[in-house]
Order: sequence, then structure tokens, then C-alpha cells
Amino acid sequence: MIVKQLSIFLENRAGSLDEALSILKEAHINISALSLADTSEFGLLRLIVDNPEKAKDAMKAAGYTSSINELLSVDLKQEVGYLSNIIKKLSSAGINVEYMYASSSSTSGASMIIKTDDLKKALDIVSMI
Amino acid sequence: MIWNETKECMSRDEIAFLQGKRLHTQISRVYHNVEFYRKKMQEMGLEPADIQTIDDIVKLPFTTYEDLRENYPYGLLAVPREEIVRVQASSGTTGKPKLLCYTRHDIDVWSECVTRAMAMAGITRNDIIQVGYGYGLFTGGLGAHYGAENLGAMVIPMSTGNTKKLIDMMIDCEVTAIACTPSYLLHVAEALEQQGLLDRIKLKYAICGAEPWTDEMRKQMERRLNIKAFDIYGLTEIMGPGVACDCEHKKGLHIYEDHFYPEIINPDTLEQIPHGELGELCITTLTKEGMPLIRYRTRDLTSLEYGKCECGRTLARIQRFRGRSDDMLVIRGVNVFPSQVEHALLTVAGTTPNYFITVDRVNNTDTFDVAIEVEERFFSDEIKQLEKLRSDVEAAINQTVGIKAKVKLVEPNTLPHSEGKTKHVEDKRRLS
Repeated sequence: MIVKQLSIFLENRAGSLDEALSILKEAHINISALSLADTSEFGLLRLIVDNPEKAKDAMKAAGYTSSINELLSVDLKQEVGYLSNIIKKLSSAGINVEYMYASSSSTSGASMIIKTDDLKKALDIVSMI
Repeated sequence: MIWNETKECMSRDEIAFLQGKRLHTQISRVYHNVEFYRKKMQEMGLEPADIQTIDDIVKLPFTTYEDLRENYPYGLLAVPREEIVRVQASSGTTGKPKLLCYTRHDIDVWSECVTRAMAMAGITRNDIIQVGYGYGLFTGGLGAHYGAENLGAMVIPMSTGNTKKLIDMMIDCEVTAIACTPSYLLHVAEALEQQGLLDRIKLKYAICGAEPWTDEMRKQMERRLNIKAFDIYGLTEIMGPGVACDCEHKKGLHIYEDHFYPEIINPDTLEQIPHGELGELCITTLTKEGMPLIRYRTRDLTSLEYGKCECGRTLARIQRFRGRSDDMLVIRGVNVFPSQVEHALLTVAGTTPNYFITVDRVNNTDTFDVAIEVEERFFSDEIKQLEKLRSDVEAAINQTVGIKAKVKLVEPNTLPHSEGKTKHVEDKRRLS
């Protein structure tokens, strides 16, 4: 399935993550998955939240740069080689994975959030699994 | 030693007389040969006959770097193009460089001035000089080179970029003098110290210029290298290095008044300021043939001292530079305008994001940092896209300005927002 992700630009300094998360808390946003990527100078906070538009508005009002984009989310079965199989199928179709991170919840189990260079094609492939 | 005692030690009356005569001749030439000057003078109701003494110079219009840019490349030539034997250039605020054209005589005058400066430092024909300025369109390399050859010294044309080779040759060839930027010389000093080679050099003199430096830097390099260091001033528009230089008494930079007439003006009212007071330095080239400049506004803020120096010279002395009347920065010897950075950002980002330039000097090398606020329109959820943005901006700045900047992406609203003419720059070097 397709999920919406909120990405937030952060500087790589103490307190910046705290500030960003506090803003989301004030806006009553619930976070179900999160990935924090860093370089020496800046970081990218990527989030799956219950209301991305509202979260983006809150971040914007607080002066942060953020964006919403669509990603592939794949539910994972708890069996050996399941993830490997998915990635193999994507790679043999020439699809490149930019980044990915895991998400899990008590109701729906584990899933993988995947950014590829071709969302539509990737979706077609995983829906056939 | 004094290379040209006749010209460097004239009485003030003799200097004024010579300057008046040369100004009259120069104005007649540009009036007849350069449409740009003729038009300006005609608009002001001036004819060459109105300029007889050096004091008449206040009647004349000013020339600016915008004039040079607008008349690129040959608009200000006062001789047929065939008489030009060399061009040099310095980067302009945007786009086209400023092109300066020299006749053979202009090259001779330039060499003579640099020779005078080197002689003033104590360098003689017996010395071996390494020129560590860039050779090319930049005036430093060839300017110092011709001056040293004219002096009769042996020149090693090192240019820039290879410190190891410079040090090797400095030791092997028993180099006694060096011409380079002050920050580069300190870099060389550091390398010599680190490699334990200080006792193997024979260096005695350094002629440093092309960027502002302080007395502390001078003392530091004199102590660390056990040399005497001298400050040489010049600008490409006027000639290049050698417009002025200081002597061992360190009472300011002696300007060669038989070729360059200095004035200090108020940059707002454009009126001459009394001797000794701070203002913008304007220079008129009295003998230049190829591209004479009349009352050229250097934008450098300083004052002038007259009165005979202990060295015997009677030439006016340019005092410590106190900054600029425009927003130009000199970084690693290169002229940088914030508008160039803006132009580079525009080419990469489409519009200009809020930015801030910080210049500092760390370990005697200028740092050039440009922070850009990441706005939504060039934000990406992928690190590689953001890194690409950063490196694209770095490449564009390097291409426009000619030196490398370190670009940093920052959160929005974290940099000072410009209101009206608020500057996007902080210079932490405290050089003036």
C-alpha cells in the first residue's frame, strides 16, 4: 500500500529533534514510525503520522521546512527470507531503493516503509507477492 | 635603497608641479581619445584647458568600477588597440570581468614601480626572489615578476598551489626574498616549522599584498621566519601591485605620486577631505597610456599623510586601511562581492534563498562560509538531493567568484533576514 510520509529538515545540533517532536505533540500528532538520517551538518526526520497535512501545517507555522511524499509500505510476515524476497523482486525489476525503515504496531504487525525511484512500478510488484 | 631618488624624494612643490603638468597632458589625451571621458567632461562644461594645475582635479568627474564593466572590453582605450601589449583582468561584481589594457610603456612603468617597492624593502640584484602569486589574469604574478627582473634579481616564477615544491626550491636555490599573499606566507611558515626546515632557509625579505593584513601578522611572520616583511598595495584597475609600498619605518605605504595622484574623498558627498582624515581613496593615473583612469574610486577607506619620511622619501603615505565604502570582501586575495554569491544562488535555486556569508581567518587562512536556509521548494526527503543542492551551490559560487566556499544548509528563519540594505555578511577577521 501507499503511505504518506512527512519529512522535516533539521540542523544537526542538540535540541533540534526535541523541538520538532514537541511541536508535533502540541498539535496532537501521533507518530507510528520514524527514521532519523544524519549528515555532519543536517538531519532529515522522516515520519509516518496519523495526520500528515496537519503535522506539516504545524511544522510550517513553527518555521520548519517539511514536505509530504508518498512511499511504499509493505506488511511483513514473520518468516525467514520474506524481506529478502521482496527486495530481490524490486532489484530484478531495476528498481532502486533510496532508503527504508521499519514500522510496527500492536494491531497490524510489522511493515517496511520503502522509498524507491519508481513508486508505481514497485507497488505493482509487491502487490503480486 | 632608494631606486629612483629623483622621483621619490622631490620637494612637495616639485611633486605638485609635475603632477599638474602630467594631469593636463593626460586629460588632453583622454578628452581627444576616449569618448567616455569626453562626453562626461562636455556634460560638465569642461575642456582640457580648464585643467592646468593638480588642484584643478576637483573639477573632473569620477570613474567607478561600474564604468569599467560597462565599457568592457575596449571602451576606455586611449590608444589604438595595436598599441596594447598585455591585458590583465579582475573579477567583476557579476558576469564580465574588468579588463585592463597595458601599452609597452605601461608595463615599463609598472615594472619600475614594483622595482622601487622591492628596493625600498632592501632587495637588490643579488637576491633570489620566489614569486608565489598566481600568474595569469591576476596581476600579482606577472607584476611582481617584471619588477624583480627589472631590479636585476633572479626570479623563480613559482605561482601558487604547490607549497612543497616552493619549500624545496626555497631551500635548494637559497631563496632570499619572496612575494606572495601574507596569509600564504604564514601557511609556508607553518609548513617549514612542522617539517623542521626553518634553519635551512636563507629567506630575508617578504613583499606581501593582495589582501588586507595586520601588524600582528607582520610581526608574527617576521619572528617566525626571521625576515623583514613589507606591505605592497595595488589594484588591477590602476595597474596592479606596486602602486604603493611601505618602508622599514612603517609610517604608511609610500604611493608613487609621479604616476598616481591620490585623493581622499567623502564617499557620500564626493568632496575632497582635508589631509589626515579618513575617507575613500581615489586614484588618478597620471602617466598610464592604455587605459587611463581619472579619479578612480577604489572604495578603500584610509587616510593620507604627507611630510618627509625618515627614509628620505617625500611621497604621500597611505595609512592603515579601515575597510571599504562598498560591500566587497577580499578573501584569500580574491575580490568577492555578496552580489556574486547571490547570482550563484540564483542560477542553482531559481530564486535567491535567504543566505549569510561568514568570513574568518583560521590558522592564517581565510574561511569563506555560506549558509543557506532550506526552503520547501528545494527541500527533498532524500539526503542525496540535499547534498547535491549543497555541492551545486558550491560549484556555482566557485565558478562565479573564483574561490571555493563551504556551503551549509540551515533551518529557515535562523539567519538574519535582510531589511532594506541589511548586510548578508559578517567579517570576523578584524583586519582594519
